[in-house]
Amino acid sequence: MTTAAAAQPGFLARRHRSYYLFIVPALVVVGAVIIFPWLFTAWMSAFDWKIGTAAHFVGFDNYTGLATNQRFLESIVHTFYFTALAVVVPLILGLVAALIFHREFPFRGVLRGVFTMPMMATPVAVALVWTMMFHPQQGVLNYLLSIVGLPPSLWVYSPTWVIPSLVLVEIWHWTPLVMLIVLGGLAALPTEPYESARLDGASEWQLFRYITLPLVAPFLVVAAVIRTIDALKAFDTIYVISQGGPGTASETINIYLYLQAFAFYNVGNASAVVVVFFVIILALALLLLYVRQRAKWTG
Amino acid sequence: MSTAALPMAARAGRARLRRRLRKIAFALSVAAVASKKILVFFWMLSLSLKNEIDNLAYPPVFIPDPPTLRNFVQVFAENSMGLYFWNSIVVSGFATLIALAVGIPAGYGIARAQAHKLTVLVLIARMTPALSYLIPLFMVFQFLGLNNTLTALVITHLVITVPIVVYIMAGHFETLPKELEEACQIDGGSVWTSFRYVALPLARPGIVVGTILAFIFSWNNFVFGAVLAGRATRTLPAAVYNVLTFEQLAWGPLAAAALVVTVPVLLLTIVIQKEIVVGLTHGGVKA
Repeated sequence: MTTAAAAQPGFLARRHRSYYLFIVPALVVVGAVIIFPWLFTAWMSAFDWKIGTAAHFVGFDNYTGLATNQRFLESIVHTFYFTALAVVVPLILGLVAALIFHREFPFRGVLRGVFTMPMMATPVAVALVWTMMFHPQQGVLNYLLSIVGLPPSLWVYSPTWVIPSLVLVEIWHWTPLVMLIVLGGLAALPTEPYESARLDGASEWQLFRYITLPLVAPFLVVAAVIRTIDALKAFDTIYVISQGGPGTASETINIYLYLQAFAFYNVGNASAVVVVFFVIILALALLLLYVRQRAKWTG
Repeated sequence: MSTAALPMAARAGRARLRRRLRKIAFALSVAAVASKKILVFFWMLSLSLKNEIDNLAYPPVFIPDPPTLRNFVQVFAENSMGLYFWNSIVVSGFATLIALAVGIPAGYGIARAQAHKLTVLVLIARMTPALSYLIPLFMVFQFLGLNNTLTALVITHLVITVPIVVYIMAGHFETLPKELEEACQIDGGSVWTSFRYVALPLARPGIVVGTILAFIFSWNNFVFGAVLAGRATRTLPAAVYNVLTFEQLAWGPLAAAALVVTVPVLLLTIVIQKEIVVGLTHGGVKA
């Protein structure tokens, strides 16, 4: 084959060009529904524009306005608080679950299937069931608390507890994904280091701390990248369960953005929020990818 | 002999006890890990099968007695769940079909032309919040008079389905051996022939995964339908939220509706158990 290609100069180049033709239809679609909206958003962000009224060019005014907008700044704080919890807790629980499911035990396959069901379940449907479970008077969660002797909670009706409660839903939804990613890492682990460490009298904890953890660390970083992107972008569950309330106690950037665009039809300002939001997501993802590059990659 | 046997037996017994205790502790930790997952689904099922009195009872009634299908009948008969179910199938179905039509060749082209830089687009698309597509597309649809139509929804759902199909297919074609296609081309076949008759049939497993993932992600989407759809063109998630909650519906029908939305997805999930992780981590693992 290589000799055939060499015999015909330009054969390879010509072939490559025809392979690019395969990509053209998808590029047209992506250009229309993905790249065009990006550019249009950036353009709109320079206007004072309400749907139904004339647009005025204002340059960077939307951005400078955001810098002093108390409600927007608070929404950034809420987003980071929510994201930190919704990344760290599933990472820890997912690691524990992966260590458990890495062992052999009866019904492992079935239980694993059950455990991974939440990942694909429709977020809105799940959020509605959680809303009913969170209900302070008739909700099943307060009943379960009373069984173990804990006082009832207001859950999403309390400004203090609304974000941790929403994170609870997020943990339920996404811990399985972390578990599956880490399980993939565990499956690839070599057995020799364990055998020699056991011969040297290492304890189970030492085996975990000095062999397992460093080897699955790259997989944990991958899970952290995915989780961070998804938690920053979380919308469905927050919108359905609390709509950003009570008051604005759980209003994240995404909820603020939605209200600006589709409750107040303030598309110029909302577009500026999109741009700032995207920069935040990009910065955090790049930071984590940089960490991943630094971490030893065994895969 | 007999003097030594007793302590040895005792020690063996103690070791067996310890092993059994450890097994019980392990079983308990498995139960603890899995129970929370089951609780939510169980509660969804329980609420949907109980009458309203039992649903509002305190302490809660866990096992429906007697179970009733009235909630399901109500959401289909009075809240036009059938129509919304059909809307969802049309929107997700067409969005998936179009994504396959442009995404399978694109995945092939990317894999064979070694154009991996294009998958960076998939990564960035994955990171962009859905609302950033929604605002511009909303304006364009308003200009074109397409708001409240299923066409607008199908176009918007391409934002979800095209990147995932391209990503899955590029990864899949990458794993297929080039030699067969090269043999086909040496025999005088065009690039198109080798794609159509050699690569495409071999790629069937990848196509199945891409189709199901694209369909599920599109099916689960809420915000596009919530903003762009009219009363009669809502997709299921948007309908369950808008119609049912704003009409202050009782818990039973709401849980029944939630179940109707989720069950098709859970069934599809079973088919592609192993590939789910690849789908959900797209854009984050291979960059």
